[in-house]
Amino acid sequence: MNAATQGLVRLPVWRARFVLAALLAAFWVLGVRSLYLQALQTDFLQEKGDARYSRLIEVPATRGRILDRNGEALAVSTPVKSVWAIPADAELSGAERRKLASLLALERNELGKKLADTSRDFVYLKRQVSPDIAESVEALGLKGIYQHREYRRYYPGGEVTAHVIGFTGVDDDGQEGIELAHQASLGGKPGSRRVIKDRLGRIVEDVESIREAQDGRDLTLSIDSKIQNLAFGALKTAVAQHHAKAGAIIALDVRTGEVLALANVPSYNPNNRAHLSGAQLRNRVITDLFEPGSTLKPFTLALAIERGKLTPATLVQTAPGHLTIADYTIHDTHPGGTLSAAQVLQKSSNVGMAKIALSMPREALWDLFRRVGFGTAPQLGFPGEATGKLRHYRSWRPIEQATMAYGMGISVSLVQLAHAYTVFARDGELVPLSLVKTGTAASGVKLLSTETARAMRAMLELAVQPGGTGPRARIMGWRVAGKTGTAHKQENGGYAPDKFVASFVGFAPASAPRVVVAVMVDEPSAGEHYGGIVAAPVFAQVTQGALRMMGVPHDAPLEPLETPAEGEEAKENT
Amino acid sequence: MAKLNLLLLAVLVACAIGLVSSQHKARKLFSELEREQNRARDLDIEYGRLQLEASTWGLHSRVEKIATGTLRLRTPEPRRVRIVTPGAAR
Repeated sequence: MNAATQGLVRLPVWRARFVLAALLAAFWVLGVRSLYLQALQTDFLQEKGDARYSRLIEVPATRGRILDRNGEALAVSTPVKSVWAIPADAELSGAERRKLASLLALERNELGKKLADTSRDFVYLKRQVSPDIAESVEALGLKGIYQHREYRRYYPGGEVTAHVIGFTGVDDDGQEGIELAHQASLGGKPGSRRVIKDRLGRIVEDVESIREAQDGRDLTLSIDSKIQNLAFGALKTAVAQHHAKAGAIIALDVRTGEVLALANVPSYNPNNRAHLSGAQLRNRVITDLFEPGSTLKPFTLALAIERGKLTPATLVQTAPGHLTIADYTIHDTHPGGTLSAAQVLQKSSNVGMAKIALSMPREALWDLFRRVGFGTAPQLGFPGEATGKLRHYRSWRPIEQATMAYGMGISVSLVQLAHAYTVFARDGELVPLSLVKTGTAASGVKLLSTETARAMRAMLELAVQPGGTGPRARIMGWRVAGKTGTAHKQENGGYAPDKFVASFVGFAPASAPRVVVAVMVDEPSAGEHYGGIVAAPVFAQVTQGALRMMGVPHDAPLEPLETPAEGEEAKENT
Repeated sequence: MAKLNLLLLAVLVACAIGLVSSQHKARKLFSELEREQNRARDLDIEYGRLQLEASTWGLHSRVEKIATGTLRLRTPEPRRVRIVTPGAAR
């Protein structure tokens, strides 16, 4: 008994030491652990903590609007919703599936297929849904079905402005036209910021802005939607009336070099691009090349005058109506005998033009063509600008020097042709073109003397008088000047005998030109194919409207135009 | 010493309450700001939509159709138009 109590009282010393050491070790472990968490792992833990309440949210940016020169909207982005799903979370009953499919206008099995792949975390069910449909989908309160905001671009101008503006893809990025060319400035850059959200998902504090959202800048084009509308309408009517394959038109402001209207037929509705063909998408004004034919004659003549070879009154022998060089013969379909240089242009004689061209060195001709912009891209800042085909003069055969004088063996786009005519409209200056509104008079490069340009204006005015090839281009109240063109189309390496390109390029008012308008109609096949009959009336209609809308003073008496009698109208040869 | 401690405690409590309330106020103001910013964005979107609507109603082809059809308007004959240039008006 005694021994037992004695044993209880006298504990061995090592036990106390052991407990003390164990406790110290435990504290030491705690200390190391806290050091590890606080010092070494702090970033990771901080992040985990933040993740419970702080959120990185995207700040949306809108795409800039495209406006016409008067501030009318041509392209505007508005938000729409996209409906997406996490397939693994979306457990929908048959009735729910049916409702969702009908709301989104999807086939039921299509919806089923999209939701079947549960390995994916994100499946778009439908993109760009209108806000009211999105609301109804949200009202269904389906699990695993979510929405997010996207932008859709609308084009109120529809087919009228389709080729200038182009369109954007489903992600609101430019795909064609101005939308593509000015993607960098139009497209907004979405930003992001870190915020703290409370239990209910409300943002309570802004922690930091990681990237500022940058809205796209608005773009004001040089296009005047009234003139554009008029041009498109007139062209469409003409193309339908003459059963043509296609047509193109461009109107330029002479003082500023701005493009006032640019239209193509056939066109398309950029708001609904379900069934598009390549032919509809083509911006013929800028990307299509054609042999211009007679519309090139004024340049040859201008060069001859500039070089002092002749004056408008110099006589040129065009009889007997054909001219053989090497083994090729140039024909006039309506032989004219001895004509003055002005009449050669007015009657559009190929033989006369060829003779004038052959009297000059070929490099001079090549140089002028090159300097007025043929064979180089017009630098409109538009995607897919055609450069055209102008071969170097060293590779010309003698016959080519003659044919090129009247626009064969050279190919240009309509915009190049219209651009080149600004030389005559502006006293010999070539101005740079712009599709964006500048509003200020542009200064250009002087290519011809003022006297030559004025002489050309007078001669081009003659060409639209009765007795010329384009009297249908005249309008009441303003003097116009211009040149018709009718060229055979190239096909399989030769010229198709029955396929033509009818064109007209001109400007008005002739006393102090303000607009240059160029019209091209591809393969008119309703009997008439002459530029003076197919293209000139379109020019007249558009020019008259444009001058009226621009408030240009009249420079001609307001008398009805006498219409030339049947057969009196000169028919051009190319 | 005890008195000073008590005083400091009171100051501390007051500061703590002040901090909490100002934090609360800041959050309330912030959520208001957020709301207004959202409203501004919504209004901007609405503006875009209205601009679109205006463009659609004001389509030149539509205006022309109504003008010539319903209202029986027509372009005046050129001889009845006088063009006045500012400065040159007599």
